Amino acid sequence: MLVVVTATINPLFLTPQGVKDLLLNATIVVILAIGQALVIITRNVDLSVGSILGLVAFGTGTLFAVYPGIPIILVFVIGMAFGAVLGAVNGLLVTIAKVPALVITLGTLYIYRGVNNAWAGGTQYFAGDRPRAFSSLSTDTIFGFPLITLLAIAVVVGVAIVLAYTRAGRDLYAIGSDPAAARLFGIPVTRRVLGAFVASGVLAGLAAVLYASRFNAVGATTGTGLELDVVAAAVVGGVAIFGGSGTVVGAAIGALLLTTITSALTALRVDKFWQQAIVGVLIIAAISVDRLVSLNRARKLRVSEARNV
Amino acid sequence: MKGRTMKLIHTRAHRDTASGRRIAAFAAIATTVALVATGCAAATPGDSGGSDGDGATEALSIAFLPKQLNNPYTDVVLSGGKAGTEEIGGEYSVVGPLEASASSQVSFINTLTQQGTKVIVIAANDPDAVGPALEEARAAGAKIVAFDSDTNPDYRDVFISQVVSKDVALIQVEQIAEQIGGSGEIAILSATANATNQNEWIKFIEEELASNPEYADITLVAKVYGDDDDAKSFQEAQGLLSAYPNLKGIISPTTVGIAATARYLSTTDFKGKVALVGLGLPNEMREFVKDGTVKEFALWDPAQLGYVAAFAGQALVDGTITGAVGDTFMAGELGEKEVGEGGIVIVGPPTRFNADNIDDYDF
Repeated sequence: MLVVVTATINPLFLTPQGVKDLLLNATIVVILAIGQALVIITRNVDLSVGSILGLVAFGTGTLFAVYPGIPIILVFVIGMAFGAVLGAVNGLLVTIAKVPALVITLGTLYIYRGVNNAWAGGTQYFAGDRPRAFSSLSTDTIFGFPLITLLAIAVVVGVAIVLAYTRAGRDLYAIGSDPAAARLFGIPVTRRVLGAFVASGVLAGLAAVLYASRFNAVGATTGTGLELDVVAAAVVGGVAIFGGSGTVVGAAIGALLLTTITSALTALRVDKFWQQAIVGVLIIAAISVDRLVSLNRARKLRVSEARNV
Repeated sequence: MKGRTMKLIHTRAHRDTASGRRIAAFAAIATTVALVATGCAAATPGDSGGSDGDGATEALSIAFLPKQLNNPYTDVVLSGGKAGTEEIGGEYSVVGPLEASASSQVSFINTLTQQGTKVIVIAANDPDAVGPALEEARAAGAKIVAFDSDTNPDYRDVFISQVVSKDVALIQVEQIAEQIGGSGEIAILSATANATNQNEWIKFIEEELASNPEYADITLVAKVYGDDDDAKSFQEAQGLLSAYPNLKGIISPTTVGIAATARYLSTTDFKGKVALVGLGLPNEMREFVKDGTVKEFALWDPAQLGYVAAFAGQALVDGTITGAVGDTFMAGELGEKEVGEGGIVIVGPPTRFNADNIDDYDF
């Protein structure tokens, strides 16, 4: 509906270029939001994704600068492995130290950013430093869909299947609903939560490599502040912030919705400051709906249980 | 609480007399050391700060406080500052925030003041936010040299401007007019909404567009702010093109903005159709000039800015200049520089970069 209204007022919004931009803008946030959804479902949160993205993106730039002939696929593997390591640090701290993820990842947000600052200094790598084949990943299309968007869709489908149909995936929901009960039930809580953080790290690593493909510069401040967009996308997409419910498809749609709204409001020439306010209203609306639905469900459950007695 | 402490001391007093005495002796030594240290520190500013110039043996401390660290443009400016400071025989240091926000520089100024820094060279993120802190620094004897982005003139001694602000604005208008054929819609993609230098250029650009009949057919339709952040500028550029279907050109008077916009244009159908001018670094823009996204842009050699700032700082400290109109000082290999109206020192004219000459520059 939003898209239709915008397209009517500003036809440029739905030109091939407009659609391509829309999808490309969403791609990176979609991938990050999937990882975030996995973590939030276990009743945790990963605030360090923006910093992980920054570090890995700078690492990607460095790789191409130091080994100009490096195979692109290898860069993806290294980027995701690097992300996995950073995610594992989060996961280990959360599960072993048993400190709330909010605090741990807030800490690693600053630590990773600090490392990035120290490593990068004033160095930035530009699109020109990277092979053309790598940059064109984010501009080439198949049937009008950018390559990296197709990649993001594949990731969504893959993770959604794991989450819905595998033991490990269902365990994440059980942990998020009631960690203590999950533990009593024999679910390997530590391993699963660690797995969720590693997955979030891997996806942030993937997003970072794509970021380096799409944008011009990667440096010390790359990805700053991105974590809030990602959490917002997951929440707007119906992932309950206290865990236990939500889907990655929802999170991906949330990310698409938020980026579409921002693009639409820009195309309609709405003031930047109002755009932020509108995003805020959306987040609160999403949480309110979530709350209403769960209250309603609890009431119905009570009623039905009362009848059964 | 107090009672308990007292009691502890009372019960231990007997046993610990010897070690207590040792502590007292140590404390005395420490105090002496501290006194000597502060004595030294206090003496330093007195020696070299005197305008008589008899303290030339003490290295002149020049601290550079850019808008933000880890910014490629800033690094080039600072390299000149370092070269200049070393030529003078001064002591070079850089401090600064990682984010270019209005208030982030204040704490750095306070620290520099406490350290007794002789010259603070600052590029202000906000002309007034840094005012009170700079006044304190001056009260403590520091000379304030603004560079790149001016503070309110009340708070500094001189401002080192690379070029005449108006010239910077005019060259950009001229370039965009040439490239869009003298008529059509254009937009400006700036840095932060309250950056002094950006706003001054934008003001001159607007005035020139409004007053010069040659530009009567050019309409400025929008001003957007990418906050000198690559991704944000990229998205703002994208937003401009989706919001203004008839847009023919973009002026981006900031190195981050122009590079991000060029990157966006180079990946789209707009490449070569929408003109892009502004202030860019040759190394960042080389690819886009060669692939036809950008025809021509402008800038100066940023290193000269830092270089002259260092010499201006020295001239202020040794009393060669006071910041009054007509004062002159020698700026190393760049020769004599004069303080102009409003305490502004101009370094040189802007340079145009295009496919023909871009390979001659490396910064």
